[in-house]
Amino acid sequence: MERHEEWVRVERTSAFRELTQKRKAFILPATIFFLVFYFGLPFLTAFTTVLDVNVIGAINLAYIYAFAQFAMTWILMHLYVSRANGWDDLVDRARHEATQDEAGSTGGTGRLE
Amino acid sequence: MSDRVISIIFFVLIIALTLGITAWASRQNKSTSDHYVAGGGIKGWQNGLAISGDYLSAASFLGIAGAISLTGFSGFYLSIGFLVAYLVVLLLVAEPLRNLGKYTLADMLASRFNKPSVRSAAALSTIAISMFYMIAQLNGAGALIELLLGLDYVLSVILIGILMTIYIVAGGMVATTWIQIVKAVLLIAGSLTLSAFVLAQPSIGFNPVNLFNEVESQIGSDMVVPPPPAGLVAGLDVISLNIALVLGTAGLPHILIRFLTVPDARTARSSIITATWIIGLFYLLTPILGYGAALFVGQDAIAAQNPAGNTAAPQLAEALGGPIFFAFISAVAFATIVAVVAGLVVAASSAFAHDFYTNVIRGGNASEQEQFRAARFTAVGISIAALLLAIPAQNLNVAFLVALAFAVAASANVPVILLTIFWRRFNTTGAVTGMLIGLFSCIILIILSPNVMTGPSPEPPLTPIIPIDPIFPFVYPALFSVPLGFLGCYLGTILGGRGAEREREQGLQTDYDEIYVRSLTGISNIEQELHEAAPQEEPRTT
Repeated sequence: MERHEEWVRVERTSAFRELTQKRKAFILPATIFFLVFYFGLPFLTAFTTVLDVNVIGAINLAYIYAFAQFAMTWILMHLYVSRANGWDDLVDRARHEATQDEAGSTGGTGRLE
Repeated sequence: MSDRVISIIFFVLIIALTLGITAWASRQNKSTSDHYVAGGGIKGWQNGLAISGDYLSAASFLGIAGAISLTGFSGFYLSIGFLVAYLVVLLLVAEPLRNLGKYTLADMLASRFNKPSVRSAAALSTIAISMFYMIAQLNGAGALIELLLGLDYVLSVILIGILMTIYIVAGGMVATTWIQIVKAVLLIAGSLTLSAFVLAQPSIGFNPVNLFNEVESQIGSDMVVPPPPAGLVAGLDVISLNIALVLGTAGLPHILIRFLTVPDARTARSSIITATWIIGLFYLLTPILGYGAALFVGQDAIAAQNPAGNTAAPQLAEALGGPIFFAFISAVAFATIVAVVAGLVVAASSAFAHDFYTNVIRGGNASEQEQFRAARFTAVGISIAALLLAIPAQNLNVAFLVALAFAVAASANVPVILLTIFWRRFNTTGAVTGMLIGLFSCIILIILSPNVMTGPSPEPPLTPIIPIDPIFPFVYPALFSVPLGFLGCYLGTILGGRGAEREREQGLQTDYDEIYVRSLTGISNIEQELHEAAPQEEPRTT
């Protein structure tokens, strides 16, 4: 039970809450977006012929859509990584806050072991 | 000197080189940890290159180019799906996996559900997926050696299998990491050169648009536009393929263990960036290689050498670059296959030796030597089994076979991995039933599908395997087997609810609060990290 309390203490720090909230705010919409965008291509090609229009020479809309998926992957990937690298500080802060919180709640000793 | 002699000389050189690296690496390969995950100290870009090396298998180089050369646009789905899949890996799986796992996928699951049944199920699915994947690689290797040396397919497959087994038993993961790095560089260089040869043809004049125009006018617009809608089953089959492609990577054991070789989450991220750029640039070249082969080798010549098109890329190299370039491309393809199979064998043998032998059979008490020996025996056993299964797969496209491996991974592993990370109520029963239902529903649907139940006289190039008409009309099972995997997880969790309470009390199931915090922060030893020293200066424990 003691061990459980320690994890919950980290979970309750404001830094950890900020971390989970920021992750969710990015990952949830990003995941929904890329799945919809990704499955759009097979849906449109498997059930319709709307993408069969030539755009540049013989390169048709289906190929343009396909190349756009490459661009989407790279852009989302960089957006995520630049954010996630910033979130690493929150992990250190959560650890720090959890220690301080413990020090406060155990009357300032903080090191029972 | 005849062309074939030149090819053979190059071939021997590459093999000597890979064995040399293996021998060198095996001298540094001191502990079990080195064998499984290269000691956990690999840099981001190295790991990124190694991931690309693992990922750009015979399916990518031989299979996709061949599929595009014979069928056009529908072959390109594979390129797109294989790439976008990295978003699933990066956004949802890579970091929690690194933060929770140790050597294998089962370790990650066991960090939450510490029961032999979970480890056994994970080991089973790892072995099944690796096996499917290996069949594909050996199939590609067989076609390549057949083209290169004129040997019979069966003999080629056996030869490559023996070579691979020697290689992996000697080297372990350190060797496969280095061989993947070397190979990824060679493969990219080779593909770029080959694409440049295609674009340099007078009719193309370094304008990729002309390539598409030429294909449209010389071969027909069917080769450039997506296949026309052909009813509900065919349409859903395309969706089913794409489900497997986009989810499968997040369940591939030999890719996932690459995230356990990095020291922290930041390195895991940077390695995905490197890998995704390399992999994406490579896949952008696949239409050039495929259409180039269709134009400059000719679809008839490709199909005559290999009915599934598996040798289109090396044939293109021969047609445009002459015998030496052909030998180089073939050697790169061969190194690719050796390296990928080696990675697969490591993943599968680690799963068996570490998860099943050590933790289930021996209750966690096997010495490093015993584990090592078990891993090597498994490596040999798995290689032989995959060899035997590769022989009936002769006339199938490599990329198609890999797509089936992706379907198995997406059905058996992905639901359990995602729910272990994200679902508070998930429990041991749910994990085991989810993995088993996902795995077996996928394999059974493949057996009932037109892939195996070919009917008595299937359309060429297929050869009859089970001569009865298919019971399941879809070629790709993921549309059904992935939801079944999730359903298995859900129902198992509901049914095992009371047992889960007991397990939690007995310490067999880790509290979700711990998993949640650990997976997001990488804190593994809470007592130590909260009580000792100043937390902000302290280096992250891994």
